[in-house]
Amino acid sequence: MKPSQFQQPEPALARRPEAYLRIEAVDKDFGGVKAVDQVSLDIARGEIFALLGASGCGKTTLLRMLAGFESPSAGRIVLNGQDLSGLPPYARPINMMFQSYALFPHLSVWDNIAFGLRRDDLPKAQVAERVEAMLKLVQLQAFAKRRPHQLSGGQQQRVALARSLAKRPQLLLLDEPLGALDKKLREQTQLELLAIIREVGVTCVMVTHDQEEAMTMATRIAVMGQGRVLQVGVPQDIYETPASRYVADFIGNVNLMEGHVVADAPDHVNVQCLDCCHHVGHGITGTLGMAVSVALRPEKIALSHRAPASEFNRLQGVLDSQAYFGSYTVYSLRLRSGARLKVSQANASRHAEDPFHTGQTVWASWSADAQVVLNQ
Amino acid sequence: MLSPKTWRPAWLNGLRGRHWVIGLPYAWLLLFFLAPFAVVVNFSLSQMGLVRPDSLLRQIDGAWQLTLRSSNFSNLLGDGLYFNAYLASLRMAAFTTLGCLLLGYPFAYFMARAKPARQGVLLMLVMAPFWTSFLLRVYAWKLLLGEGGWLAALMDGVGLDYVLLWLGLIEAPGKYMHTPFSLMLGLLYSYLPFMILPLYAGLAKMDLRLLEAAHDLGATPWQAFWRITVPLSRGAIAAGSMLVFIPCIGEYVIPELLGGPRTLMIGKVLWEEFFNNNDWPMACAVAVVLLLLIVLPLSWFNRVQDREARA
Repeated sequence: MKPSQFQQPEPALARRPEAYLRIEAVDKDFGGVKAVDQVSLDIARGEIFALLGASGCGKTTLLRMLAGFESPSAGRIVLNGQDLSGLPPYARPINMMFQSYALFPHLSVWDNIAFGLRRDDLPKAQVAERVEAMLKLVQLQAFAKRRPHQLSGGQQQRVALARSLAKRPQLLLLDEPLGALDKKLREQTQLELLAIIREVGVTCVMVTHDQEEAMTMATRIAVMGQGRVLQVGVPQDIYETPASRYVADFIGNVNLMEGHVVADAPDHVNVQCLDCCHHVGHGITGTLGMAVSVALRPEKIALSHRAPASEFNRLQGVLDSQAYFGSYTVYSLRLRSGARLKVSQANASRHAEDPFHTGQTVWASWSADAQVVLNQ
Repeated sequence: MLSPKTWRPAWLNGLRGRHWVIGLPYAWLLLFFLAPFAVVVNFSLSQMGLVRPDSLLRQIDGAWQLTLRSSNFSNLLGDGLYFNAYLASLRMAAFTTLGCLLLGYPFAYFMARAKPARQGVLLMLVMAPFWTSFLLRVYAWKLLLGEGGWLAALMDGVGLDYVLLWLGLIEAPGKYMHTPFSLMLGLLYSYLPFMILPLYAGLAKMDLRLLEAAHDLGATPWQAFWRITVPLSRGAIAAGSMLVFIPCIGEYVIPELLGGPRTLMIGKVLWEEFFNNNDWPMACAVAVVLLLLIVLPLSWFNRVQDREARA
């Protein structure tokens, strides 16, 4: 039984795109350890595709195989109809923006950007024209003569981007593009980066461990774990319809509850867990009594002082801590079974009429389409 | 309340431990460089007396008189012998530096790129010669290259002597000792570690992602080497070159043991002035000019580098 069979139909965006970059059954073996294990991905022209996962999940190895720094142990990579196997990095129509940029410290900004163009033996005038255009694109005309160490982190990032775009690559690789920036700068840079990539229209594969970065930048995300692709989809898909406990837990916050199916109808199922009985508003291809997990995002839960009317999708708990984040507050409820439930509530008004206090016994409830039923 | 940590006598403020750590050895070096140097300069402006050079300050008729003689320097500049010896030394030092660089760079490069475990072994092997006496090692070349030496026999066997003869490095086939060849070999052998060590240190700390970035941008390995590795190791090249070039100019032992009568290097001239001719002032003048020959280009080089780093 595949998870996709008992979840909502995939949104139109996630349908199999025509492949511009094809990664076919690629393996990478490091002395008996499989860093990348049977990865197949199809990426369309113009996509910004994110490889997302914890460190050691194989995403960087996969990116390095695209760049040509590692060669696959098995499988092949085809870009725009051209099989890249055996091509060294310098012969690939692919450029990479390195993690923490790898700018050449002995060359000026101008020469850094011109480096790749000069390797193609372009005429001087054309190199100059291209470099000027790149400087303008990233708005660093005034800094052309500076050395990399004389620039701020954000400026260095833009030089790195200009350098990797200068040769008009068929594929742009981004290795943790915002990883070296502090949080405040990251949000702003992210939008700038996205605007430039869209303006150029280059197909992108990025690697990140930061789910927010992947969500905001990518058109599609592949979540990786232990060298395998666990799920591919548009950001909403990955978040709202995770295919496994691992993905649900890795992306955002989630409450996972173990239970078994107690009612199985075409239009709904009921899952009995320790602390509550879930009423899920769609059918699944499972059997009565099957053990499943129910994933429930904290922001999909409502808190109240009074008991909700329905006997399903509700539970009672003791509020044992709350963390105020400004725009929202995260509450932690201790349930009868000893488990905890995270609830996140938007602070829509400045002063809540009837605030929740730590130590109170409160009700949590959610609607019939809030949960995702998982069996793996 | 004063904690014991913050309380200190006023005169100690600003004289923290680190100042002593740097300052004491520095003062030591400065004192024992400047004091002998002052003596040497003093002698070089004097003339030889019966046992030792005359003092510059003398009491004549109750009045103190300072006599500075430039005759040593004018002799030095006028006599072609000295000029040629300086030139020969500079040339020998330059060749040695170049030779060490050409031999040492590839070695240091592959050592820096070897597996970490192997790097340690290679590094130890480079330093292994220092475990035996320098003099012994140079002397050993006499046995290797002399008549009946097995290295000499080997070179005879493969006919290398005719190549060396054609290059003008030896004068007769089968005779290697006391030729420019044996001198060059001895210098290269002795100074190679001093080139390799700074080059290795420089190349080992290089960020290899820069090479990946260069490859990614279309540079072949050869292009990446010349455009990235070499420019980034410029500091190490300069350091290694100075460590070889500077002591090599004044080298005395190796030319004495391995060099021929034809190559008169300045270290040997200095020795002869001092011990054979017993002309201390002349020897000191030779030393002062040698120092200027080394220090002036060096300080110019340093200034250029500083300016480049600041630009």
